[in-house]
Amino acid sequence: MTQTNRLSGGQIDRNTTLNFRFDNRSYTAHSGDTLASALLANGVRMIGRSFKYHRPRGVLTAGSEEPNGIVELRTGNRKEPNTRATTTEMFDGLEAQSQNRWPSLKYDALAVNDLFSNFLSAGFYYKTFMWPAAFWEKLYEPMIRRAAGLGSLSMEDDPDEYDKGFRHCDLLIIGSGPSGLMAALTAGRAGADVILADEDFALGGRLNSETFTLGDHSASDWAAQAVAELSALPNVRLMPRTTVIGAFDHGVYGAVERTGDHLPTLPAAKPRQILWRIYTKRALLCAGATERPIAFENNDRPGIMMAGALRSYANRFAVTASERVAIFTNNDDGHRTAADMHAKGVKIAAVVDVRDDAPTSHDYEVLRGAQVTDTKGRHGLTFVEVALADGTTRTLDCGALGVSGGWNPNVHLTCHQRGRPAWNEALAAFVPGPDLPVGLSVAGAANGVMSTHGALQSGAEEAAQLLELSGALPDLPKAEDAPVAQKPFWCVEGCKRAWLDQQNDVTVKDVKLSYQEGFRSVEHLKRYTTLGMATDQGKTSNMGGLAIMAEVAGKSIPETGTTIFRPPYTPVPIGTFAGRMRGQEFHPTRLTPSHYWAKERGAVFVEVGNWLRAQWFPLPGETHWRESVDREVRQTRASVGVCDCTTLGKIDVQGTDAAAFLNRIYANGFAKLAVGKTRYGLMLREDGIAMDDGTAGRLAEDHFVVTTTTANAANVYRHMEFVRQCLCPDMDVQLISTTEAWAQYAVAGPNARKLLQKIVDPEFDISNEGFPFMACGNITVCGGLRARLFRISFSGELAFEIAVPARYGDALMRRLMTEGEEFAVVPYGTEALGVMRIEKGHAAGNELNGTTTALNLGMGRMVSKKKDSIGSTLSEREALNEPDALRMVGIKPVDADHKITAGGHLMNTEGPVDAAHDQGYVTSAAYSPSLNSSIGLGFLKNGGNRLGEQMRLVSPVTDLTVEVEIVSAHFVDPEGERVRA
Amino acid sequence: MRYSGFRVIKEALTGHEGWTPAWRDPEPKAQYDIVVIGGGGHGLATAHYLAKVYGQRKVAVIEKGWIGGGNVGRNTTIIRSNYLLDGNEPFYEFSLKLWEGLEQDVNYNAMVSQRGIINLIHSDAQRDAFTRRGNAMILNGADAELLDADQVRKEYPYLNFNDARFPIKGGLAQRRGGTVRHDAVAWGYARSADSHGVDIIQNCEVTGFRIENGKCLGVETSKGFIGAGKVGCAVAGNSGRVMGMAGMRLPIESHVLQAFVSEGLKPLLPGVITFGAGHFYVSQSDKGGLVFGGDLDGYNSYAQRGNLPVVEDVCEGGMALMPMIGRARLLRMWGGIMDMSMDGSPIIDRTPVEGLYFNGGWCYGGFKATPASGYCFAHLLARDEPHPTATAYRFDRFRTGRMIDEKGVGNQPNLH
Amino acid sequence: MIINHPLLGPRDASEFAYLGDASLIDRPDWQAENAAEAFYEYAYLRDNPVGEHRELWFHEAGDRSWLVVTRNTMTHEISKVELARDVARARGRSK
Repeated sequence: MTQTNRLSGGQIDRNTTLNFRFDNRSYTAHSGDTLASALLANGVRMIGRSFKYHRPRGVLTAGSEEPNGIVELRTGNRKEPNTRATTTEMFDGLEAQSQNRWPSLKYDALAVNDLFSNFLSAGFYYKTFMWPAAFWEKLYEPMIRRAAGLGSLSMEDDPDEYDKGFRHCDLLIIGSGPSGLMAALTAGRAGADVILADEDFALGGRLNSETFTLGDHSASDWAAQAVAELSALPNVRLMPRTTVIGAFDHGVYGAVERTGDHLPTLPAAKPRQILWRIYTKRALLCAGATERPIAFENNDRPGIMMAGALRSYANRFAVTASERVAIFTNNDDGHRTAADMHAKGVKIAAVVDVRDDAPTSHDYEVLRGAQVTDTKGRHGLTFVEVALADGTTRTLDCGALGVSGGWNPNVHLTCHQRGRPAWNEALAAFVPGPDLPVGLSVAGAANGVMSTHGALQSGAEEAAQLLELSGALPDLPKAEDAPVAQKPFWCVEGCKRAWLDQQNDVTVKDVKLSYQEGFRSVEHLKRYTTLGMATDQGKTSNMGGLAIMAEVAGKSIPETGTTIFRPPYTPVPIGTFAGRMRGQEFHPTRLTPSHYWAKERGAVFVEVGNWLRAQWFPLPGETHWRESVDREVRQTRASVGVCDCTTLGKIDVQGTDAAAFLNRIYANGFAKLAVGKTRYGLMLREDGIAMDDGTAGRLAEDHFVVTTTTANAANVYRHMEFVRQCLCPDMDVQLISTTEAWAQYAVAGPNARKLLQKIVDPEFDISNEGFPFMACGNITVCGGLRARLFRISFSGELAFEIAVPARYGDALMRRLMTEGEEFAVVPYGTEALGVMRIEKGHAAGNELNGTTTALNLGMGRMVSKKKDSIGSTLSEREALNEPDALRMVGIKPVDADHKITAGGHLMNTEGPVDAAHDQGYVTSAAYSPSLNSSIGLGFLKNGGNRLGEQMRLVSPVTDLTVEVEIVSAHFVDPEGERVRA
Repeated sequence: MRYSGFRVIKEALTGHEGWTPAWRDPEPKAQYDIVVIGGGGHGLATAHYLAKVYGQRKVAVIEKGWIGGGNVGRNTTIIRSNYLLDGNEPFYEFSLKLWEGLEQDVNYNAMVSQRGIINLIHSDAQRDAFTRRGNAMILNGADAELLDADQVRKEYPYLNFNDARFPIKGGLAQRRGGTVRHDAVAWGYARSADSHGVDIIQNCEVTGFRIENGKCLGVETSKGFIGAGKVGCAVAGNSGRVMGMAGMRLPIESHVLQAFVSEGLKPLLPGVITFGAGHFYVSQSDKGGLVFGGDLDGYNSYAQRGNLPVVEDVCEGGMALMPMIGRARLLRMWGGIMDMSMDGSPIIDRTPVEGLYFNGGWCYGGFKATPASGYCFAHLLARDEPHPTATAYRFDRFRTGRMIDEKGVGNQPNLH
Repeated sequence: MIINHPLLGPRDASEFAYLGDASLIDRPDWQAENAAEAFYEYAYLRDNPVGEHRELWFHEAGDRSWLVVTRNTMTHEISKVELARDVARARGRSK
């Protein structure tokens, strides 16, 4: 059986035959087909099951509004659930599976739901499954979850690439039907930068589906000619397969281009889809209209389709859903389908028109004033029952029924900035309202202009107006200009199981129940019944639901409410929004200049913000990280170690007011810092909480170098610029971040000076007298290389930090290692750095956690009250200065074999262990090779007065309780003799 | 009318003729004892507890649109009590306990599903912080579990364990956390409050307060003046706007938070996952949609919609964490107005105006707080003293320095 | 969103970091008698208007200017963009 439903003509390439598989059966198709048209051509009407009742589902539409014809496309890790067959461009080797059925599409076990549909009424689940309470998670919910959902993911990583791009234009035209093409011709010929985007792979919109003429050409030929002219214009960019998904602020539109979905396999390094951000001066929505259904009993069977879709399949794809077709309509457009299909040789069973004055035909029977009252056919339509005007009933044998309830303008994008559409009585439809996104206009059917001539004209006029073009509009081809008035007909009287939302199984009965139970606003209706919440977002169902609600409420439709739409216009793969930002590319990776040197040394790296830092440097034979870290600490404290601290934020502060500026920024005083000296600085937020700490060295009267913690580099810089520009705009001070400009290394340990003396050029005296603790200065090293030297210490040892221009960082590190061989120098990583700073009792990120004050940190007296500094006033608030405020303390296990756990809480030795008796917490912990004990830092209520006290450290989440002693935070060299050596 | 499985069957067999409206549609009376402004989750919960627990008989909820139309109708449905600070944890644990009994309390199946939540850990510092938090939870009587990477992997093998920029090093799990069908919370509370005599008045907008001699006598509304002994304001993102009518400036900014749902999928995610190295958290609804979100757009907004950069940021987080969702499609995005307070924690307190009470500043944590927020606000309105679990949620904490700053980012609302 | 930078022309908002109400420029006098109260109000209380809002944005991925942007919080329409430094001077700030 091959393509039994294929007709003559159409815009498919019969010379190219493509093979595809659906539910493991092989079929053939032609280039230019969609999966839906190919399935119909092969006589496959049933391709899925509905969400709730698992009713058989076939194709309803020929476009992206499709609620029913959704499949799992492709296989393996490229499986795409819920893919609309109606927009899936055919390619050779396509594989698709039906979904939401088990064990097979034809025999689906959960089809039993349909028999019990009366029990599964709208919102039934809110009223039951409550007893016993524990059964919800164990029984009811798993049952519901298994039955729900549609397609399934492969659960494997998406193997395809996605990309993002930016485009700019004078005019973005959304949709390439008659209004869009005419707008593009008008704007393109005038020389404007134009982007014309359409979701379809063939440009031309509805013109490709119609048999009428434009001037001397068929509609599709005219479209092809227009496209040819546009593609020759250098200022016009055509973007087929591109859905404009949303209208965002200030003329920015999101668009998704499907660059690879129509290909059997992606070419190497090509993206599957591209997310475009299109920056527009103006945009014109030419998105056309969507045909709306009529609700009648059992209107959901495979074979029952929109009449316009039947016409599209016949004219564009040369396919009929059945050899015998009936039409049910309330407007003239349904007759157009009948005429076109008749001309293609399809047998028209009859046109059922609800109007008494419907036009008649010589070619087929028209049943005026008649209505379809029921349908039959388990897996596909076999016949429909019609109530005739005279009250009698008639049966029409047919395998397909085309339904037309009129057309709704596609106003979606006009609502994306919360604009509400307006009711148009003549069309009985919503048209774009007055609150359009700034810069957006609407033309053609999307604006309620339903004739082809009207669409062409409004496209030309809107484009000319948006671009403020002078002169005459282009000549328009002669086209049909039939007046369109739509008399609403929403549902056949008395129908109950008449589907509105075919995917989510919402029927007329459900809407009435929703009203009966008080869910009467449109939003309540949607949420209670799930109307319009399916993958098609109610493109074919919202209006019907609203109309039924209006009817039962006895109100007009606009009184009842409006339907508005949110982005995206059609669903977008999450991978497309992510683009290349995944895996290792999720965030940029910052490497320090000596990264590759560290890598050569076998360093283990750790993520610190976006930086990678060496965590430790294992030596051969070391099997546990602690061995490496302990060695690095011991050797640094015994001789000398070098640590890469390039990642610290560095900010150059220059200007005659530089000192005054730092005085404002830091809680402690900086005005009197001598040139050549460095000072520890504590920065507060305006709310009085510690923000960051670091050092500032004064290299000249008007030049300071500020360092910040790695984590806060960007925040501190932003804050300093805020103070400079917004609070003290007249200060003569300039800031520049030099974090990336300087590679910086800590050289620490008793032999630090000796090592540095080997590389610092001899004219610079770095002896203890010539360059004492906290000195700083510009120097040169290695025979003339400019460098900055700071005698500061985080480790508690005699230490320096030396900075050289970033490009010399690698060389300097290698030189330090070579020159340091005689001292058995070690490189040390962030772990050893952390151990040594805990041993020394220096606060770091774990202590500066955004809730601690200078007082908590033991630096309360540093906050100068003699000057105006950020945060000083609010740091005086009462609760921040209570006598039992937290103080930073050291913590040591009573039994040195026990471990201190960071994140543990401190409790008194006696008494209950609960939140009410919490005394404090441990912020940092490490094994100290210097003390041969686990140690920690933490905050303890009134801690300053509790040194020597024994307490319990509890960590129930790690199942630990340890007896500890509260000690000074300065475990090593509390008098600070080493740093001054 | 009492809802039950039996009732559903009976109605099914008799054509569903017997279902009555879930709540009445009354006209406002001239005077109430207590008027609650805001028919969202918090306002309706307040009314429910006022009537049911505190025995208040003359209570009205007034709502400018339709009930449940604010943040309770547009959130990511997560419930949890995994807080660090003493001012918060007992309150959220109280809330979680109320969730556990909610359906029986209101006779409405809001699908409280304790499927567990895991906050992922990607660094040692994060593990230290989560250890402290887990301990604080347990010390406050909640449940917490610290997982290593292998334990996370066992539960969620398809997370990115192979090629992650920020590898997963563990997680803090709260098994009693989970999700709730958000709309049903509003409806359940509304139906219960209504059945206890509360008047729920929709499409009634407050246009002003009648304040005489420092005392609030009632509210001016689009349906006329409504007198009240006490007025409680629970309007979330509109707090600034409404309290402004009473002449108050608040420690609150209104921001937009976007959230997203995918197309329906067969079950893949058993619980709630929060990425610790990017802005992304996700769960799967009973209907099958992946419900996910991330960070605020970052600027003050009442527009209830956001922009592309944050959509991309959230999806980047999603793909970085679970690259198997690449081919799942984002179906719908929306934005809610978040009342972002200056320390990231809420306010349930009296105001300087006698008889006027305020409940707000929930940031984007309001949904999980709904039951306790309602309970504690009802307590305050009925007894004129704070509920024991909500004593820290005072206005004056900013003046005195008793901020409750879980994130430690200070007085910049968009960072909380 | 697009911010029309007074020096650089239109720039995407994602290049900027947002701080909040431009009243943060009006930092109180630390020596005033009511300094504690004034700083509390300055740091914590906001008008949070529906409609026009003057707010601070930092061109972090650009020229590092702080800008005062006048933007409607309901429509997001931007009606004015100024250098914060100019605004600060106009409001009497100096050193």
